[in-house]
Formats: sequence, structure tokens, C-alpha cells
Amino acid sequence: MPAINISKALDQGHVQSRASRAFDLAELPLRELNQALHNLTPGSNETAWEVLNPKGSHSVAVGVDQPITIDVRGSVGYYCGGMNDGSAITVHGSAGPGVGENMMSGSITVKGDASQYAGATGRGGLLVIEGNASSRCGISMKGIDIVVYGNIGHMSAFMAQSGNLVVLGDAGDALGDSIYEARLFVRGKVGSLGADCIAKEMRPEHLELLQGLLDRAGVTGVKAAEFKRYGSARTLYNFNIDNADAY
Amino acid sequence: MCGIVGLFLKDKSLEPQLGSMLSQMLISLSDRGPDSAGIAIYGAPSGNEAKITIQSAKPERDFRGLDAELAKAIGAPVTLSVKSTHAVVRTTPDKIDEARETIQALRPDIRIMGAGDVVEIYKEVGLPEAVVDRFDVRSMTGTHGIGHTRMATESAVTTMGAHPFSTGADQCLVHNGSLSNHNNVRRELIREGMKFETENDTEVAAAYLSSQMAHGKNLGEALEGTLSDLDGFFTFVVGTKNGFGVVRDPIACKPAVMAETDQYVAFGSEYRALTKLPGIDSARVWEPEPATVYFWEH
Repeated sequence: MPAINISKALDQGHVQSRASRAFDLAELPLRELNQALHNLTPGSNETAWEVLNPKGSHSVAVGVDQPITIDVRGSVGYYCGGMNDGSAITVHGSAGPGVGENMMSGSITVKGDASQYAGATGRGGLLVIEGNASSRCGISMKGIDIVVYGNIGHMSAFMAQSGNLVVLGDAGDALGDSIYEARLFVRGKVGSLGADCIAKEMRPEHLELLQGLLDRAGVTGVKAAEFKRYGSARTLYNFNIDNADAY
Repeated sequence: MCGIVGLFLKDKSLEPQLGSMLSQMLISLSDRGPDSAGIAIYGAPSGNEAKITIQSAKPERDFRGLDAELAKAIGAPVTLSVKSTHAVVRTTPDKIDEARETIQALRPDIRIMGAGDVVEIYKEVGLPEAVVDRFDVRSMTGTHGIGHTRMATESAVTTMGAHPFSTGADQCLVHNGSLSNHNNVRRELIREGMKFETENDTEVAAAYLSSQMAHGKNLGEALEGTLSDLDGFFTFVVGTKNGFGVVRDPIACKPAVMAETDQYVAFGSEYRALTKLPGIDSARVWEPEPATVYFWEH
């Protein structure tokens, strides 16, 4: 038997080293996909995954805790990539409500639009929406970084605690209502600011932070200086005794 | 929860498939509401007849001989096509109100699902697939239609509590959400002379729109009024004889996705409902904005 020239075979695509593992949701149930992803252990060679025919399925690739890449070929429903802890997920389509909810680390990129509460309660990692995000983007965010190329809807960053929300387009009404210490950077118009959310000075450290976020999110041709910063006026942190009569 | 769908065809060549397309959309959302399901289909107008969709828990007893008795009572030709617990009564358009009253006098246990020149409404307790099969919805043709699968929150799980609700000729509505001021609005509409069949909040929304349109507003203007006059959570999808409309409350927490191509406008509570529509991969797909009225008319 002739010896196989491995490098030549690789060139011709006969042998796939670190092959991407394709999982077709038209053929196999979602639970099998998520179980296979949860079964991965540190050092696994299965580092590249592809999900075919998601067709709006809920909970695609939730709870992944290994540093793998997952390319989802199509649009997904609720909670895609929820609780992600270290994987790099790309949705080649749009995402339903709650994409990246409670993400811990890693990244999620949505090539299309995202529905409501994208990145809700996220504690870490980077969520990039290349289209628009709907209402309540970054609600109660706790450390996640979110970059939206387009616009975001109303009530975004409601009660946001920490992390950064960057919006290249416009923000809807009641941005940052009851916000704690998250930083909001908006390049376009803001419909209205929520309670206790105010425009703030953009200092050099903020420009540097924002430029770093834009770079990480693959944004080019946009300068940090084009954004305005918003954050908490910190007037809701302590109970004001003068308001006692209101209760 | 609850799942709602709507489909408004622009391309006449799709009309024979309306029933099967809408059925597939509704079945795909079964897990959003397993209590009951319903569908309203707008068929092609025939010009010289109008329809009443009726329902009975005892169809063998109530539907037998009804056509002959009704024809005699109103002095006009009547046909009756029975589909399981429902039947469609056809007669001349000028006799439709009289026929409606006479049916209720002749058969007090029959419930009126809706009436008009083109609409037929089928709804029952059960999963969407069972309801679609029971009424052979897949074989129905038409220009547009709406559907609903219910997870009850506001009133009992009964046939009459299922959507769509119809409160005016060829008008009907499906709803995801719950209204908090429906008792007040119902009282006001009763004072105006509107009649109600249930305690359901959605019926109030349907009657509100019927009342607004009876006062001369078009579908778009009537839907605009819901934003100031109805309090609560809602995504409404509405059908009229030649129109199709969508509106969400300003908070817009009830999900909604729309798709439009040269062939159709489609609505689903989720994208899942739209994935099998022709040309969906190149359709314009978007989330309807809060407090914004969308409507199309033929």
C-alpha cells in the first residue's frame, strides 16, 4: 500500500485535521447538540463546530464551557448562547429574544439582528450584534461588553450594573433607566434617557476603553470621539428621606 | 405565552395554498400554547352570498335540518356545510342579520363564531394540529388568514374562549398578552350597543376595533386607537374583509416577527413560524416596532 502523503492529502481536503464537526438540526434533535457540547472536556480536539438548519430553534448552544468555535448557519430563536463561558459563537443570521443571556465569558457575534433583551444579565464576554438590537438590550448587565453596529430599542440597559454597551446607531426611549455603574456609549441619537441616567464627560480613559471595544468588535472607520457617554447620576443609590411621603 | 400567526397573500397563485401555509405556521408554534387553537380564513368573495360560521357541542342534533328550517323562516335559499363541530351557513347577503338571529332562536345552543362575506372561523380546545385536522384547514383556499394557539391566562379554556374573536362582519382578531382595563372598556362598548359572548379580554379588543370602524375609521386608524384606549400587554393581528393589520403595545414584551416578499406579508410570534414559507431566506424579516401600526389592504 502506498504511503499517504499527509500534507498533500490535507491540501486536497482528504484529511481534515481538527475537522469542524457539523451538526444538522434538521436531522438530529437540539438536545443531542447541546449534550455533545456539554460533554467536551479541556483539551478536546473538537474545537470547531458548525450548526446547520437552526430554523429559529430555541436554546442553541447554551451553557458551553469550553474554548471552541461554533458557527450557526441560519437564524435562531430564544436564548442562543445563553450562559456561554468561553466559546466563540457566530450566528450567521438573526437571533431571537435573549441571545447571550447571562454570558460569563467568550464571545457571541450575530451577523443579523437581535430581538429583545440581548445580553441580559451578562456577566462577561463580548456580544456583537452587526444589525440592530431590539428593546431591553443589556438589561441588568453585570459586566458583559455589548457592541451593536445598528440601533437599539427602548428600555435598553435598564438597571445595568457594570460592563459596557456601545451603540453605533441610535438608542430608543428610556435608555439606562435606574442604571448603576455600567457605561453606555451611543454614537447616534438617544430617544430619551431613563430615570437617573445622564450624559457624562468623555475623558481620555473612556476614549481608550471605547477604542479597545470597537477594535475587539471588528468595527472600522468609526472613531471613539464620535460617541457620547451616558451613565448613572447616582441619585437613586440611597433612600432620600424627603421622599418618605411618597410611600 | 400564546402563539399567533397571520398571512396576507399578494400573489394570487399562492391562494390555493393559504390553508396549508397558515396551518403549518400555527402548528410550528404549538408549544407556545397547547390549550386551544383557532384559525380564520378569508376566502374569495362570491358576490351573491354571505356566510355565518356556527358551532355546537352537539352538532348531530343542532345541525340536522337547520338549513331547511332556516330557509323557510327567512324566505331565502340556505346551504349548510358541516365540518365536525362547526358549520358554515350560506345565504344571500341581505338576509345575514336575520339569519343570525333566527339560528339562535331555532337552536339556542348554537354559538356564532363569526359572519361576513368571506370569513370562516374554526376554533376548538386542543392542540393546533388536532384543530387543523378536525376542520381540514389545510385544504382551504383564500386571500389572507390569521391563527392563534392559546395558553389561557385571562378566562376559561373553552371553545368560546379560543381565538380568533370576531365582533363585526368579516372582522377578527388574535391576541398575545393580557389587557387590564377590559372590564371598563366592555362596559362602555355595551352602552354603545355592542354584544359580548364571553368574559374574555381579547373579545373586548375585537369589539373595540369593530366599534371604531363602525364609526368610520379605517383599520389603521382603529389600531392606532388601541394604543391610547387599551391598557395592558398586547400584540394584535387583525383581519378585515380586504385588510390585515398588526400592532404592539408600547412596552412590546410580547414577541413578534414579520416577513415580507413580493408574494406575501407574514406574521409569527417567532421566526420558527416563518421558516417554511417560500422565499423566506431572501425575504425582508423584521421585528415590528412598539406602538406602531402596520397594515396592508388588497
